[in-house]
Amino acid sequence: MILCIVEHDNGRLEDQSAEALTMARGMAGAAGVPLHAVIFGPGGDAVAAAIGEYGVSVLHLADSDALASYAPVAWARGVIAVVEAAPAEAVVASGTDRGNEVMATVGALAGLPMVANCIDVQPGDPYRLSRLRWAGSVVEDAELDSDGPRLFSVAPGSVVPAKADSAVTVETQPVPLSLSDADLAVRVLEHMVPEHDGASLVDSRVVVGGGRGVGSAEGFAVLDELAGLLGGAVGVSRAVTSLGWRPHRDQIGQTGVRIAPDLYIACGISGAIQHMVGCKSARRILAINSDADAPIMSKADYAVAGDLHVVLPALVDELRRITA
Amino acid sequence: MRVMVCIKRVPLVGGKVVLSPDGKEVDTKFLGFGISPHEECAVEEAVRLVERNGGSSTVVTLGPQSAVEQLQFAMSLGIDEAILIDSGDEEWGPMSTAAALASAVSEKVAEGAAPDLLLLGNEAPDSGDYQVGIRVATALGWPCVTGVKELDVSDGTAVARREHGSEMEMFSVSLPAVVTVKEGLNLPRYPSLPGRLRAKGKKIDQMKAERMAEGLTTLQLRLPAEDGRETELLGTGVDAVPRLIEVLRETGVLAR
Ligand SMILES: Cc1cc2nc3c(=O)[nH]c(=O)nc-3n(C[C@H](O)[C@H](O)[C@H](O)COP(=O)(O)OP(=O)(O)OC[C@H]3O[C@@H](n4cnc5c(N)ncnc54)[C@H](O)[C@@H]3O)c2cc1C
Repeated sequence: MILCIVEHDNGRLEDQSAEALTMARGMAGAAGVPLHAVIFGPGGDAVAAAIGEYGVSVLHLADSDALASYAPVAWARGVIAVVEAAPAEAVVASGTDRGNEVMATVGALAGLPMVANCIDVQPGDPYRLSRLRWAGSVVEDAELDSDGPRLFSVAPGSVVPAKADSAVTVETQPVPLSLSDADLAVRVLEHMVPEHDGASLVDSRVVVGGGRGVGSAEGFAVLDELAGLLGGAVGVSRAVTSLGWRPHRDQIGQTGVRIAPDLYIACGISGAIQHMVGCKSARRILAINSDADAPIMSKADYAVAGDLHVVLPALVDELRRITA
Repeated sequence: MRVMVCIKRVPLVGGKVVLSPDGKEVDTKFLGFGISPHEECAVEEAVRLVERNGGSSTVVTLGPQSAVEQLQFAMSLGIDEAILIDSGDEEWGPMSTAAALASAVSEKVAEGAAPDLLLLGNEAPDSGDYQVGIRVATALGWPCVTGVKELDVSDGTAVARREHGSEMEMFSVSLPAVVTVKEGLNLPRYPSLPGRLRAKGKKIDQMKAERMAEGLTTLQLRLPAEDGRETELLGTGVDAVPRLIEVLRETGVLAR
């Protein structure tokens, strides 16, 4: 069988788990084996019907009270218990923080390789796969030999979730699991809502981005003004956070946030690949840069060659005039 | 308090990735090298913890001899000593890398200089394996918290917070522990000139390790399909403003 680790939020299937289930079902079909899933924490049984639609025939449920809060080693022990009882040729998780963490822990405990952020996996001997490196700027094609189950995580957004042609009735089985204190030593003790409103940048339909070319913390005033007029948020490049002009939570890119607005207006940003991976899901990108040859000028949909401190004030004036 | 921090020498790719002719690696001929933003924060955290609590800090890397440059960078920021585990010129996989790093920690333990805390980046920017810290922790039998953005260490305990969706989640583990961090944990300082000079004079301990077969064989690297944007030049300077307004309307950002 092929086993998929499924994450849920109080009984609601997580989007990335739907992606992982879709890839895992494709693998199970190609290998001619059944698809199983494992779910942790109370409320997991509420997901049974939803995962039946993705072709899961057996749900391994680890819903003891000890698993009420997320504990990566305990989850990994649960995965190992399942594959010891019902041998799996592969285990698939979503490439979320938790999915990668649990899968890496399974690999570490079992002494098996783990391949992160796959976009395609073809069962066989050996398995063939493609996975993302450099935050998605490079694809690696590889072969995997393994003495035990092959461990994969699925790059978020790389698979379009699709239900099976016909839903399967899911048989639920408890996971035989006895946990030690050490298995629960790392577990979530508390949830907190951060003071700042981190959602606005990620959810905004318009993002005004500023880079080193803005010149100073004060220089952002005109970007704040434009964002205000358009009902959007301001994001920045790493050059800006490193200089201390703006907090890191505003950073867009490989080591910042990923945005997907209708329009991203990148001002004074050169277009390094590590920045662009954070905004590539924008529907349209508009670049304003004084260097007509800057890389971003050929990666954007629209480009304006010019000093942002000249172009933006003129744009803001015009917007004020027409919206007055 | 003794803090150890692991870093990796990686090429600093700018606007475009260029692959080597055999398609097996990124062409680094014209690139500089550095460490990832996550690791810059790990180094900064190690320096601050020792500044605050006393003790010493050690930086360790598995890499080619040229990674001396990155070890010296870390020492120029205030790390006390450095270990280079020689990987030769080949890229080691995550299992071999973790085993080598764990052996460097074990050596410190054997010398009676056991670290209280081992810091790593959450993931390497190039290989993106998302597992080295966890494998090191498992080998040492230490607890591991990954993806940490806030860290408080006191009285033998590390309280660590990380993002989960729109929330922060909190972990508390007893030391010794492994913590992998993400950029945003702190704002790293820049190296000072005296710091750089001091770092140049410091000795670097050399270690050897065994590379193991890991099961994953790279066939080739390739660049993903371009997302196919065609650039329209709207104009130069303020002359572009009329077209800019039209674009705001066309994209639905500005009501007509
Ligand atoms: C592992 C790794 C991860 C990284 N993660 C991220 C990340 O998450 N996010 C990120 O952004 N970067 C990231 N980086 C850094 C990235 O490589 C670049 O260094 C960074 O994005 C550059 O920021 P910038 O474009 O603002 O600055 P620069 O590259 O210095 O570009 C400034 C631009 O401003 C233009 N300019 C200057 N003055 C003006 C003016 N008056 N008007 C208009 N234009 C002007 C210049 O022509 C230039 O194009 C990462 C790097 C590494 C190695």
